[in-house]
Amino acid sequence: MSLTLPELWVILGCGAVTLLSRTLPFALVQRLQLPAGVIDFLTFVPIAIMTALCCQSLFVAHVGHWATLNLANCYAAIPATLAGIFTKSLLVVVVVGIMAMAVIRYFNLG
Amino acid sequence: MTPDLTFRAGLKDVLPTVFGYIGVGLAFGIVANTSHLSLLMVAGLSFIVYAGSAQFIITSMLVAHDPLSAILLSTFLVNSRMILMSTSLAQAFRHESLTKNLLIGSLVTDETFALAMNKQNKTNGRLSFAWQSAANVVAYLVWGLATIVGAILGSFITNPAQFGFDFALTAMFIGLVYLQLISDKHLGLTRQLLVMAFVALAYYVSLRFLNSNFALLTATVLGCFFGMELKKCH
Repeated sequence: MSLTLPELWVILGCGAVTLLSRTLPFALVQRLQLPAGVIDFLTFVPIAIMTALCCQSLFVAHVGHWATLNLANCYAAIPATLAGIFTKSLLVVVVVGIMAMAVIRYFNLG
Repeated sequence: MTPDLTFRAGLKDVLPTVFGYIGVGLAFGIVANTSHLSLLMVAGLSFIVYAGSAQFIITSMLVAHDPLSAILLSTFLVNSRMILMSTSLAQAFRHESLTKNLLIGSLVTDETFALAMNKQNKTNGRLSFAWQSAANVVAYLVWGLATIVGAILGSFITNPAQFGFDFALTAMFIGLVYLQLISDKHLGLTRQLLVMAFVALAYYVSLRFLNSNFALLTATVLGCFFGMELKKCH
């Protein structure tokens, strides 16, 4: 259980960089009225970023080549999506997703 | 999810995301353990840096003995999407004091941001300090504890993926994006579906040229501009 000096700098430096990325927008938005164009842009951030986050786990990157599908994740995404459509409950989607993935891994699918 | 914006409601609403934090947190702890990071380093990364994907990247760069400057730059780039999310989320807290804004901002994550956007669809765009703090603090503590437990268990469990827990995070985003899609009456279903298709295509194409974090950012920004253009056409 120890921490070297370079490790301490990594924690403090990265901590500061991350904290500023998170808090500066809050400080600025509270004081300034954002232009209408920026607000318009921001209304699309939730749907765009959530879609991109989903895509991040459905595709596998290959530098310089086209990405391929992460088949196991794509298969497990089907019951998870259906669970969302039928129950509209986030908790059910997560539990069904985990169970589907456990089954896929057990039978070595994907 | 109800329109209730109390601290208690926040504790209840954040529950589904906890699975994602536990799954990925355990995975991070195990990776950190196999990369020979001490428990103190794991705790420092989780409680002070507190940024899932950045923590994995920092760990791999430490193993590769990369310089501090490179680690800082990567952390900034991976977390630059936080600037977008914070700017978006901050709109709902303009009426609160600067201190409360900074407290909320300091714990914003992909998950708590997405959760808050879903909540807004139930509350006519309103959010409260109590509700957001409950979600933020639970997420923060669960993440930190899960990574430490993972680091301790690391020497015993060799393959945590076999239980499917690594999929919790993806499942959660699938659930959140679906709930966003059906409940955001302001943007409408068709327009959101078009934006989603565009983002997926932009992500796929970007992934040929960029790493997945840059592709994520590029696809998000292009998707927002595409949405704005769509709005002009209708």
